[in-house]
Amino acid sequence: MEYQYQRDIYGETLVKLGLLNKNIVVLDADLSGSTKTCLFAKAFPERFFNFGVAEQNMMAAAAGLASCGKLVFVSTFAVFASGRAWDQVRNSISYNNFNVKIVATHAGLTVGPDGSSHQALEDIALMRVLPRMNIIVPCDGPQTAEAINAVVAVNGPCYVRLGRSKVPTIEGKGEFVLGEAQILAEGNQVTVITCGVLVNEAISAVKNLKAKGISARLINMHTIRPLDEEAVIKAAKETKFIVVCEEHSTIGGLASAVDQVVAQNFPVKVMRLGINARFGQSGEPAELLKEYNLTSLDIEKTVISGIS
Amino acid sequence: MKNNPLSIQELTAKAKIIRRSIIQMLAESGSGHPGGSLSAADLVTALYFNVLRQDPADLSSPDRDRFHMSKGHACPLWYAVLAERGYFDKKELLNLRKFGSLLQGHPDRRTPGVESASGSLGQGLSVGLGMSLAAKVDKRSYRVYVLIGDGESQEGNIWEAAMACAHYSCDNLCAILDYNGCQIDGRCADVMGLEPVAAKWSAFGWNVIEIDGHSMEQILNAYKQAENFKGKPTMIIAHTIKGKGVSFMEGVVGFHGKAPTPEEAKKALEELA
Repeated sequence: MEYQYQRDIYGETLVKLGLLNKNIVVLDADLSGSTKTCLFAKAFPERFFNFGVAEQNMMAAAAGLASCGKLVFVSTFAVFASGRAWDQVRNSISYNNFNVKIVATHAGLTVGPDGSSHQALEDIALMRVLPRMNIIVPCDGPQTAEAINAVVAVNGPCYVRLGRSKVPTIEGKGEFVLGEAQILAEGNQVTVITCGVLVNEAISAVKNLKAKGISARLINMHTIRPLDEEAVIKAAKETKFIVVCEEHSTIGGLASAVDQVVAQNFPVKVMRLGINARFGQSGEPAELLKEYNLTSLDIEKTVISGIS
Repeated sequence: MKNNPLSIQELTAKAKIIRRSIIQMLAESGSGHPGGSLSAADLVTALYFNVLRQDPADLSSPDRDRFHMSKGHACPLWYAVLAERGYFDKKELLNLRKFGSLLQGHPDRRTPGVESASGSLGQGLSVGLGMSLAAKVDKRSYRVYVLIGDGESQEGNIWEAAMACAHYSCDNLCAILDYNGCQIDGRCADVMGLEPVAAKWSAFGWNVIEIDGHSMEQILNAYKQAENFKGKPTMIIAHTIKGKGVSFMEGVVGFHGKAPTPEEAKKALEELA
């Protein structure tokens, strides 16, 4: 199994795009070495601006650049992109409907040892409440490249959520289409809906469940907005219940998005695996996923408890 | 793109028309911010009639100069000036703050001539910075003007932008501080002191010009100096009077965000006749 850093792929994709599209500018806030926008900075120094440790200024300046027709990529850690500069994202980017692509790295618990201050567990919720904001959570390296290419084609604000740690490449998931769920396994007793780094955990869980005679459908919901409502409704109708797992608060993220659709269209039980009213903490990614009940075993147990 | 510059007398007369419009709009809407609209009226009038290279009939020209009103609550002033310069019909002014209006309570891109929304204070200088950087990337010679408030300068975002504009040597950017000394809760000096303002902007690496923000001569000179100054962004600190032009509003904190009653409006319009 191949393992890649999503942010490496992001940086490399930006450079490729930068060669083709001279209109792209990239902004970062003193984290270009971590977010990998440093690759674009090296290739196109005249189109890269470092804002220092000043995320609010960076987001509002991104709006100014976009108002002049630039296609702006702006990167920092997810916790700062979504939380620290939220008002700037709301009023200067989203409200103006400007063509700004926020690519936030180091999201979720799997940031690891840096601990709670750096573990964005609320960013999807903060972006979901903003009108016009598209939200994408790629699950691996290749999907990161696909997502970055896809947001270039969208005329409007986008939020792309990437992790810090290396993630395994998920084979056979098919082509990425914005807003179209990927069915990774067919099943009729339960549907597991997930995104990002937890897709790999869910794949193991679904395999183990199959060995135990449980037929689980698995959806990689890489686009949280616009949500593939049809896939959710179909899952509700064709399988008995839904388990949503995400590396995010159980409030406001993918589970909430799924809940809304299910409750309005075809109410079935929706069980949530996520971070339940807790902050993160230091530790290795694997230790943290275990502590917060986000491993394949937790998914398996939840499905089994839901069936019985 | 080129304006036919007005004389000092003509500009002064225009500013009076603008002030009348502000009073009429606010009296009609029943809410809004007269104090900071009137204090910056001379600054924005001079900018739009004699400085800004913008053609109301061609607002998509990439070479147009940019203006952004970061102190968005003073938008009655912006709207009045835009209407007077022909960006939209002056009749629209009486729809200020009404449902479905082109003229929202705070600036919005649905208004012709408004490049970016504002209203949440402290963000506009950063927006101007982005416009200035875009000119550098695209090798265009347009200039960027941003009006900020004094109360607004208490926002940390302003100083993040101040640092960055100097770092990137944005000499195509000119900020104007409408220094009327008042904010909603009282005198700036009492609420959260700003002084020494000029020294702060100098220390942040800006070319600083201090003027009487009601002297058309000084205003035009300052814009000229800013355009000619190379290597640094320019901050024009314009000493102004809140509510300028209406005797009972001048220096009165209470008129920051309170529209005139019909009687007050009548009296104000008599003074501005």
